[in-house]
Amino acid sequence: MSTQLTAGFTDPARDGARAFRQVLDAMAHPGRIATLDGLQAPAPASPAAAAILLTLVDSTTPLYLAGAHDCAGLRDWVGFHTGAPLVGPSEATFALGTWDALGPLSAYAQGNAEYPDRSATLIVELDDLRTGGAILTGPGIETEAQLSLPDLPALTANAARFPLGLDFLFTCGHRLAALPRSTRLRAC
Amino acid sequence: MSAYNFAYLDEATKRMLRRAILKAVAIPGYQVPFSSREMPMPYGWGTGGVQVTAACLVPEDTLKVIDQGADDTTNAVSIRKFFERVADVAVTGQTAEASIIQTRHRIPETPLTEGQILVFQVPIPEPLRFLEPRETETRVMHALEDYGLMQVRLYEDIARHGEIARAYAYPVRVEGRYIMDPSPIPKFDNPKLDNSHALQLFGAGREGRIYALPPYTRVESLDFEDYPFTATKAAGQACALCGSTSSYLDEVITDDAGGRMFVCSDTDYCASRVAAQSQEDAA
Repeated sequence: MSTQLTAGFTDPARDGARAFRQVLDAMAHPGRIATLDGLQAPAPASPAAAAILLTLVDSTTPLYLAGAHDCAGLRDWVGFHTGAPLVGPSEATFALGTWDALGPLSAYAQGNAEYPDRSATLIVELDDLRTGGAILTGPGIETEAQLSLPDLPALTANAARFPLGLDFLFTCGHRLAALPRSTRLRAC
Repeated sequence: MSAYNFAYLDEATKRMLRRAILKAVAIPGYQVPFSSREMPMPYGWGTGGVQVTAACLVPEDTLKVIDQGADDTTNAVSIRKFFERVADVAVTGQTAEASIIQTRHRIPETPLTEGQILVFQVPIPEPLRFLEPRETETRVMHALEDYGLMQVRLYEDIARHGEIARAYAYPVRVEGRYIMDPSPIPKFDNPKLDNSHALQLFGAGREGRIYALPPYTRVESLDFEDYPFTATKAAGQACALCGSTSSYLDEVITDDAGGRMFVCSDTDYCASRVAAQSQEDAA
């Protein structure tokens, strides 16, 4: 057991609403970088990832903590603040970790033809998140966007499965960007 | 109103709605099931739209609510007052000022801008429902892109009436994949769905479905090469108040002797034009 839990949102309803709007804005504009402030997260989770967990995850959404994120401090924090059952990748609605720890993508629920929404959302912690790199087109993007993506071939294969596939929230410190399955990708 | 949580719904419900909204945005045009809650208004009064709006609202928002284009009808006034009480948000009648617009059956005439969210109240989200009543079957039809039945239905309209006889809730295809019901907006508004700058969210409370059109999404109204889609409205009429010939018009009966007038259905658009004209006259 860790000795001290860090706090969640000061004002859960309003802070959660503001955080959701940032996530929604990111998901509606793939490649756009939003910011999620105001939450002190237990290591190794970023403040942005912690805010996403508090906004979307609860006792009804199994969570997979991958690699170094599967530590006592974060397990306790998630358990106290969200009550999410901790599971393996195949049962997870949400997953949190670094790109290398989360892989391979085939381990997660991809949705099925009748219910493509029944797929996992991956919260991917990156060391670097910036505009530039792979070129993104599709819904939410007026012409083109660019985002530093960790693994273009795997993400391109994910997009090719549309309407099935995973959706991604990339986090780095206080910053957040989204990549829904609907976004088409190509190398710069 | 401190007796209620911010934006009325409890946090667990809002998280459920928010997860559904994100999946809806990720799969444009696909109807995501959600667990619709009982709201303090009857089904058919916009419970789906209200739940989507409640899940999206932040204290800094400025909310506009319209019903058939009007800010001052019963449904619009009661929903606007509801959110003023339970979320303490600013409200407006002006399209350009609003950050969230909840609408029943219209898209505002003033072009929407990036960052705005348009929330539609949807009575029947399934465009195939009147062709195939079984949910299990329509789900398979969407999965297989088995949309021939819809084209046959439109063709039968042409065979019988000489045109596609659908003035509202005119079906669209989203990004070349899902066929979607745009809610009962007049087909005059269909072109505004395509490549919109705003995020468009659709909530059906009774049916428990949420779907979405992200900004800059390709939305095509279904048609045939030799019978192309046309966005129609009252032909050859201008608004009796502001003179607009390009806006969507309501026909208003003025007496019991056949008297009638045509006026803009979008009250904000009409009032701002009238105000601009009276300013010009004064100058």
